[in-house]
Amino acid sequence: MNLDFTAAEETFRTAARDWLARHVPATPLPSLETAEGFAAHREWERRLFADRWSVVSWPEEYGGRGASILQWLIFEEEYYAAGAPGRVSQNGINLLAPTLFEHGTDEQRARILGPMASGEVIWAQAWSEPEAGSDLASLRSTAVRTDGGWLLGGQKTWSSRAAFADRAFGLFRSEPDTPKPHQGLTYLMFPLDAPGVTVRPLGRLDGKPAFAELFLDEVFVPDADVIGEPGQGWRVAMSTAGNERGLTLRSPGRFTAAAERLAALWRAAPEPADPALGDRVADALIGARAYQLFTYAGASRLAAGGSTGAESSLNKVFWSELDIALHETALDLLGPYGTLADDAEEAPAHGSWAEGYTFSLAGPIYAGTNEIQRDIIAERLLGLPKGRR
Amino acid sequence: MRFLLSDEQREFARTLDGMLGACGTPAVVRAWASGEHKPGRDLWARIAEAGVFGLAVPERYDGMGPLPVELAVAFTELGRHAVPGPLVETVAAAAFLDRLGDGAAAGEWLPKIASGDAVVGLCAGAPFALDADAADAVLVVRGDTVCRTDAHGPVQPSLDPARRLSRPLGGTVLARGPAVAAAAAHAVDIARLTTAAQALGLGRALLTATVEHVKRRTQFGVAIGSFQAVKHRLADTLIGLEFAQPLVHAAALAVAANAPSAGREVAAAKVAAGEAGHAAARTALQLHGALGYTEELDLSLWIRKARPLRDAWGTPADCRARVLAV
Repeated sequence: MNLDFTAAEETFRTAARDWLARHVPATPLPSLETAEGFAAHREWERRLFADRWSVVSWPEEYGGRGASILQWLIFEEEYYAAGAPGRVSQNGINLLAPTLFEHGTDEQRARILGPMASGEVIWAQAWSEPEAGSDLASLRSTAVRTDGGWLLGGQKTWSSRAAFADRAFGLFRSEPDTPKPHQGLTYLMFPLDAPGVTVRPLGRLDGKPAFAELFLDEVFVPDADVIGEPGQGWRVAMSTAGNERGLTLRSPGRFTAAAERLAALWRAAPEPADPALGDRVADALIGARAYQLFTYAGASRLAAGGSTGAESSLNKVFWSELDIALHETALDLLGPYGTLADDAEEAPAHGSWAEGYTFSLAGPIYAGTNEIQRDIIAERLLGLPKGRR
Repeated sequence: MRFLLSDEQREFARTLDGMLGACGTPAVVRAWASGEHKPGRDLWARIAEAGVFGLAVPERYDGMGPLPVELAVAFTELGRHAVPGPLVETVAAAAFLDRLGDGAAAGEWLPKIASGDAVVGLCAGAPFALDADAADAVLVVRGDTVCRTDAHGPVQPSLDPARRLSRPLGGTVLARGPAVAAAAAHAVDIARLTTAAQALGLGRALLTATVEHVKRRTQFGVAIGSFQAVKHRLADTLIGLEFAQPLVHAAALAVAANAPSAGREVAAAKVAAGEAGHAAARTALQLHGALGYTEELDLSLWIRKARPLRDAWGTPADCRARVLAV
């Protein structure tokens, strides 16, 4: 048992750290949930891609570095420790790309992955519908066969990044009246500026258009933009959901960096009003370290030929609750300044704590609510009987 | 990096688990709580035979240590079976004597600790010694002085009757000076690490017992384990334990490497494992209902141990302060 990095891994870490030190903007970019911030973050993706740092774990032929899981974790640690911008391309890179690598065609990979990695095409997800949230398989949007492709109809909602993104991916019902709801679904990609698509931005809790409703009226999608076999969309999508909850969506580096910043904030406070805040700062450091080590153990199991399954639900509940606790502690430490919105003139740290706090509140909801995750933990890891939800 | 227990370490854990499971520890715990130490000392000898105490003793004193990772593995199993006695104190005393480098005291006690012939208490920074009435000697550290004594005040019951507390009395000075304080700091790290491991094992046992209970127990015509409120509480208990475990293992590695971060990592592990074990006990109590609140159910022996383990060798507040110290 060890926690040692190889010389090659240390070299990789140094290279990432050096590049980030030279390129990370001195002042944080505007929130990526605004038009101005979205454009700035897209430009940042282009700079990352130009030096092959945007998708380090992808094969070199698609602009990556063929990095191992451990190297990816190292990159993420350095990335967030350097205070680098949030990743506006993450829906594509973390959710769609793994699906394309597993289920896509060579033609799809050649056409889609490059522009995704460079930020030229930014992807939104289109899973949820007004009547299909946690019960995603009950979705009703349709894909109807037509010459050379499909016609999409219906409504998607809470579609992250869709207010400013270029394209979207999601599941559509291509076969009506199947015996079970998760049968007869097809995984499709479509442009958000296609005829028949109406995008209505939705303000998140702080009013920024972080997601959108999508109204689809006979939107044509060619066969080339179906991933996997028609009717097999559920199976294809679940491989993405596994990635979303597992090692790839929220890397430990985000939290170890945020916890260190929190500790610095606590140490810098002239007289913390409430000594109990110190305990909460310590818990943030402990939680972030625990998540990092848990992930190292998971990466070690994968390297030893193991796999991840329902364990990713432990992960999702843990980081999402850690994120909220960490940011609430920061706001409490900031006292009256902690009540300022991220774009307020006197917002501390360029509003990064306020922005992080608002973002953290969504964590227990997206990527499978924490209630669903706890059901999965109880049933699949502890072997408890299924019951009514 | 391979942050996983080796096959040998896992096999060691399985062997201990099997051995302790066959020993009927609940009867031993109940005897220990009543002041009858014979069954506990017999079990102590079996644990020594399995090599557990030798993990804290270097080879030149008939041990095979110091091996902090293996100690953490072993103490997880000791906690899983709620084994009574000053187990933590004895291995911490061994770490203290080894680090102190006092040839006479080390030569007198370390071989006997490794063989299981000596039960040694350790009292450092706390008013009470654990199980001094069962110990062959108690080392008492006050500042930069360490005394050895075998006298103690009246035994006072604690919230866990199997943890018997008393004030150490008198004693002869063994050593004095800065080396004592340094050795004591190391001993506290070992004590915290092994206590954390015990709390982790204790919590695992409580979770397993409670999962089995909620699968069997029916109310309203169904197993109570099918209710979401019950499931979610158990899911949270598992999350607490799963994220404490890597902290315990990493802390053991840091101690093994004498890393400058060892004290902080051990403190972090102690907070997380202590709280997770304690939360598991609260869950076990709640989900067993009134049954869990009864002394005659063996589960009580585990439930009552959780809180002392959370607080022994550094309360969560002490350990959080250590995590924050630069």
